[in-house]
Amino acid sequence: MGATSAPEVLRCRGLRKEFGGQVVLDGLDLTVAEHQVVALIGASGSGKSTLLRCVNLLEELHDGTIALDGEEISAPGVDPDRVRRRIGMVFQSYNLFPHLNVLDNITLAPRRVHGHSRAEAEQRARELLARVGLAEKADAYPDRLSGGQQQRVAIVRALANSPRLLLLDEVTSALDPELVGEVLTMIRDLKAEGMTMVLATHEMGFARDVADQVCFLDAGRVIESGPPEQVLAAPTHPRTRQFLARIIEAGRLPGRP
Amino acid sequence: MARPGGASARTDVSTTAHQPSPAQLARNAYRRRQTVVSVLVAAASTAVVGTLLAVTVTGAPGWERVRQTFLDPQVAWDALPRVLTGLWLNVRLLVCCAIGALLLGLLIAVLRTLRGPVFFPVRALAAGYTYTFRGLPLIIVLYLFAFGVPGLRLQGTPSVLVLGALALILTYGGYLAEVFRAGIESVHPSQLAAARSLGLSYRQAMRHVVLPQAVRRVAPPLLNDVVSLQKDVGLISLAGPIDAVRAAQLASAQTFNYTPYILAGVLFVLLAIPLIAVTDQVTLRAARRQSGG
Ligand SMILES: Nc1ncnc2c1ncn2[C@@H]1O[C@H](COP(=O)(O)OP(=O)(O)OP(=O)(O)O)[C@@H](O)[C@H]1O
Ligand SMILES: [Mg+2]
Repeated sequence: MGATSAPEVLRCRGLRKEFGGQVVLDGLDLTVAEHQVVALIGASGSGKSTLLRCVNLLEELHDGTIALDGEEISAPGVDPDRVRRRIGMVFQSYNLFPHLNVLDNITLAPRRVHGHSRAEAEQRARELLARVGLAEKADAYPDRLSGGQQQRVAIVRALANSPRLLLLDEVTSALDPELVGEVLTMIRDLKAEGMTMVLATHEMGFARDVADQVCFLDAGRVIESGPPEQVLAAPTHPRTRQFLARIIEAGRLPGRP
Repeated sequence: MARPGGASARTDVSTTAHQPSPAQLARNAYRRRQTVVSVLVAAASTAVVGTLLAVTVTGAPGWERVRQTFLDPQVAWDALPRVLTGLWLNVRLLVCCAIGALLLGLLIAVLRTLRGPVFFPVRALAAGYTYTFRGLPLIIVLYLFAFGVPGLRLQGTPSVLVLGALALILTYGGYLAEVFRAGIESVHPSQLAAARSLGLSYRQAMRHVVLPQAVRRVAPPLLNDVVSLQKDVGLISLAGPIDAVRAAQLASAQTFNYTPYILAGVLFVLLAIPLIAVTDQVTLRAARRQSGG
């Protein structure tokens, strides 16, 4: 297990979330250690996106606690804006701001939230863009970029705040297959740099490659978790087996080890 | 047939080294011929329609009388300075009222988007305001402000002119607030979520992410309302101030001739033309942006 002496970055205990009486998260526990990459898998509607949105305090909790670096961020009176400065989030649909060019998209939060000067923020943004091969797109508007480029800009935008934790919600599912690779490469590089990440994904092959721990969500709980080779190759819970069998049937778990 | 347009646009911007093929040259020549033909057709049909109209109107039995009472050049010339002085008041009023109504409308629209029980009174007040002032005829608001408020004999009551301007601002603010609100609601909630997830506060997210997109989207209808306001500014004459309409009324009462009204009308149209042109331009640009250009 990855349960070495690395400090915990995220610790969720007994999370509960309802939408109009429908229980979406039901006593969910999740722990993420520093430099760890956790992949959330599970059927559509199992609550992966809801969990990530709760961690980023975009949804109101109905029970349970969330701690970031040991500080309880779900406590009443905690300023959510201060918490979100330490957490980066990337959405399935990129959500770039269409009225701002790439550079302004990336520097908006560093300038307005973190109080960096324009020059400082732009220099860092250009460095980050160069690292993902998008240096010459700095002045382009989002609608002039391909889906893969937009998603990479969205990740850079989240990284520009130097987050402690990065949440990625199915960042490749809106992309054409040939564009998925460039985004996955970027995430692999982030892992190599030691970024702590929680990612919801339907790409089992990718989860197996990049994740230290895979969590299978079903009906708002983590019902099985562990290293990818265990959860993906030798699942013990019948629900996990059923889910993976359907995935393999659909040809989405290529080249089993 | 999207290709010829795209091809010509490309030849325009690309380097001069490109030699158009004979096919393209033929296409260009054909397009030029087509342009000449359509200009000629347009000119001819305009001439025909214009002549028909002129013959019908001037051939009418009462034309002589109408011409004397509505279209007397001498009367128009004599009334011009006074009407122009009045028009200058209209222009100043328009600028003040447009700015005031836009700011008020934006404020009300933002107040109506606030969520949470704390803001209930603010929301209710803002909603009540838009309901009331969109339903109330402008003339009644104008009379209430111009004649009702001074009747209170409060100290420091502003002039009738200022009160009339306030009536216009309040009435148009209600309409503009709804336009702004539609714009704000057309911005997808995921934009707000993305902004908040970056750590921006609600105010910052509104200011830097939601409002810029909203205002861009509703710029054409906003400008349209401003054009409409520029006409309604003339109604302030009902309360007494001498604007272009009132000046025309005074002039025509002296001469028993309606020409000054026509003069004021023409001046109003001339005043509106630049504004309408800007509106069309903005609408066109917005449409082009929408189509992913
Ligand atoms: N804002 C909302 N209002 C009402 N119901 C919601 C809302 N957001 C999510 N839900 C419901 O919560 C459940 C879990 O949704 P969630 O988006 O977390 O699933 P998911 O695991 O991310 O699915 P997918 O793999 O399709 O993205 C779904 O049944 C969904 O209908
Ligand atoms: Mg989801």
